[in-house]
Amino acid sequence: MELFLHLLDTGLTTLKDVLPIAVIIFGFQLLVIRRPIPNIKKTLIGFCYVLIGLALFLVGLEEALFPIGKLMAQQLTHPEFIQTGITQSTKLIQWHDYKWVYLFAFTIGFATTIAEPSLIAVAMKAHSVSGGAIGVWGLRVAVGLGVAFGIALGAFRIVTGTPLHYYIIVGYVVVVFQTFYAPRLIVALAYDSGGVTTSTVTVPLVAALGLGLASTVPGRSPLVDGFGLVAFASLFPIMTVMGFAQVAEWRNRKSKRHRSEQGD
Amino acid sequence: MFEFSRYLGKLKRDLYKARKVSISIASVTVFQGIAHHVKSRVFSLFSPLLSSIRDLAPIILVIAFFQIFVLQQSIPDLGRLLIGTLFVAVGLALFIRGLETGLFPIGESMAYAFARKGNLAWLIAFAFALGFGTTIAEPALIAVAGEAAKVAAEAGVITDNDESRSSYALGLRITVAVSVGIAIVAGVWRILKGWPIHYLIIGGYVGIVTMTAFAPKEIIGIAYDSGGVTTSTITVPLVTALGVGLASSIKGRNPMVDGFGLIAFASLTPMIFVMAYGMFF
Repeated sequence: MELFLHLLDTGLTTLKDVLPIAVIIFGFQLLVIRRPIPNIKKTLIGFCYVLIGLALFLVGLEEALFPIGKLMAQQLTHPEFIQTGITQSTKLIQWHDYKWVYLFAFTIGFATTIAEPSLIAVAMKAHSVSGGAIGVWGLRVAVGLGVAFGIALGAFRIVTGTPLHYYIIVGYVVVVFQTFYAPRLIVALAYDSGGVTTSTVTVPLVAALGLGLASTVPGRSPLVDGFGLVAFASLFPIMTVMGFAQVAEWRNRKSKRHRSEQGD
Repeated sequence: MFEFSRYLGKLKRDLYKARKVSISIASVTVFQGIAHHVKSRVFSLFSPLLSSIRDLAPIILVIAFFQIFVLQQSIPDLGRLLIGTLFVAVGLALFIRGLETGLFPIGESMAYAFARKGNLAWLIAFAFALGFGTTIAEPALIAVAGEAAKVAAEAGVITDNDESRSSYALGLRITVAVSVGIAIVAGVWRILKGWPIHYLIIGGYVGIVTMTAFAPKEIIGIAYDSGGVTTSTITVPLVTALGVGLASSIKGRNPMVDGFGLIAFASLTPMIFVMAYGMFF
C-alpha cells in the first residue's frame, strides 16, 4: 500500500516534469508547424511509456538502491570505520586511510553511469548516427570509466581539502589539448557525454558520498567542500571518450601502416 | 450467413480428405507456429527487461561486494531491495521503449519541420522554450537552488529568513533556466552556421575560469555542480534528437560533427550564470 502511494506520488511528480515539455512540443506543433504529428498514436504511447517507466525507475531507486547506497557511503566515511584500518602507532588519519572510500567512489561511479538512462539515450543515438561505428557499450564504458575516475579523484580532493577550481582548470586545459588532437567526429559527442552522465542515478548517491566525507573528515565543511563531485563526474568523461577515440584511431593507423608495409 | 456455413462445410470436407495424409505434418507446423509466436512474444517482452537487468548488474555487484566483504554486514531488508530493483529494471525497459517510439521521433520530426519551414525566428523561440521550460521545473535544480540559498544565508549575503531565502532560490532557478535556454539557442545557431564546437566550448571554459576568480568562494562549488544537474532524463533525448535532426536535414552538415553538442552547452552556461548571480546578489 505504501509502495503504491509512493508510486502514485512519483508518477504525479514525473507528470509535472513532463507537462511543460509536452505543452511546448504540442503547442509549437499545433500553432507554429501546423501539421498533424506523424504517428500521433504511437508517439503518445511512447510518452506514456516514458512517464510510467521513469516513475517506476525512480520509485525503485528510492525504495531500494538509494537507502542502501547512502547508508554505505555514511558507513564507509565514518571515522570509526576508517580508524579500524589504521595500524600505525601515530593514530593520525592520513589520506590513504580512505582507500575503501576511493574504491567505492570509483566502482559506484562506474556502475551508476552504466545504468544512467540519458546516457543510454545518447549512446543509442550516436550508434545509429555513426552507422554503427560507435558502439553503444563502448561509449557507455568509456563514459563510465571517466565518471569513476572523476568521482574517486573528487573524494581524494575532499579528503585532502585542496581547492576545487585548480582541478577543474587543469582538467579544462587537458580537454582543450585533447580537442586539437582527437578525431573530429568524436569531439561534439565527447563534450555531450560530460553533461549526460550526471542525472537520475548518479547524483543522489554521489552527493551522499560527498556530504558524508565533508562532514566526517576533520577540518572540512559540508557547505564548502561537499560540492564538486558532480562537476568532476561531468569533466572526466570528456577526456576518456576523446582518449578512447584517439587510441582507436592510433591503432587503426598503426595496423594500416603495418598492412601497407607488408604489401610492399 | 449461408456463405459462411457453406465455407465451413467445404473446410470440413477438405480437412477430412487431407487428414489422413497430412495430419501429423499439419499439427507439427501449427505447433511450431504457436511455439514460435509465443517465443517471439515472450522474447519481445523479456529481452528489454533482460538488458535492463544487465544494465543494473554492476550496481548490485558493487553494493553486494562492499556490504559483504568490506563492511561485513548482511544486506538489510533484502525483499525490499529486490522489489525495488525489479521496479528499476522494468522502469528502465519501459523508458527505453518510450524513447524509441515517442521522444526520438518527435524531436526529429520537429527538427525536420522547422528546417523545411525555414522560419528562423520560430526555431530560435522553440529552442529557447525547450531549454527554459525543461529546466525551470527540474527537481534537481530546485534542490540545488535551496541549498545555495542556505549557503548564501549562512555566509551573510542575504538576510537569514524564509522569505529572502526562497526569493534567492527562485531567482537562481530563473537564472539557470534562462542560461539553459540561451545555451540551446546558441547550440542551434552553431548547427545552422556549421561553426566548429570547440571554439565555443573553449570560450565557455575561459568564461568559467574568469568568473571563478571573481565569484564569492561559497558559490563556486554549487555553480560547478549546477552545470551537471540541468540536463534531465527527458530533456537529453529530446535535445539530442533535435540537434541530430537539424544537422541531418541541413545540407552540408554532418549529424555526427554538428548534431551533438547541445547538451554540452546546456551544462556549461549555468556555471557562468550561477557565479554571476552569486556576484551580483
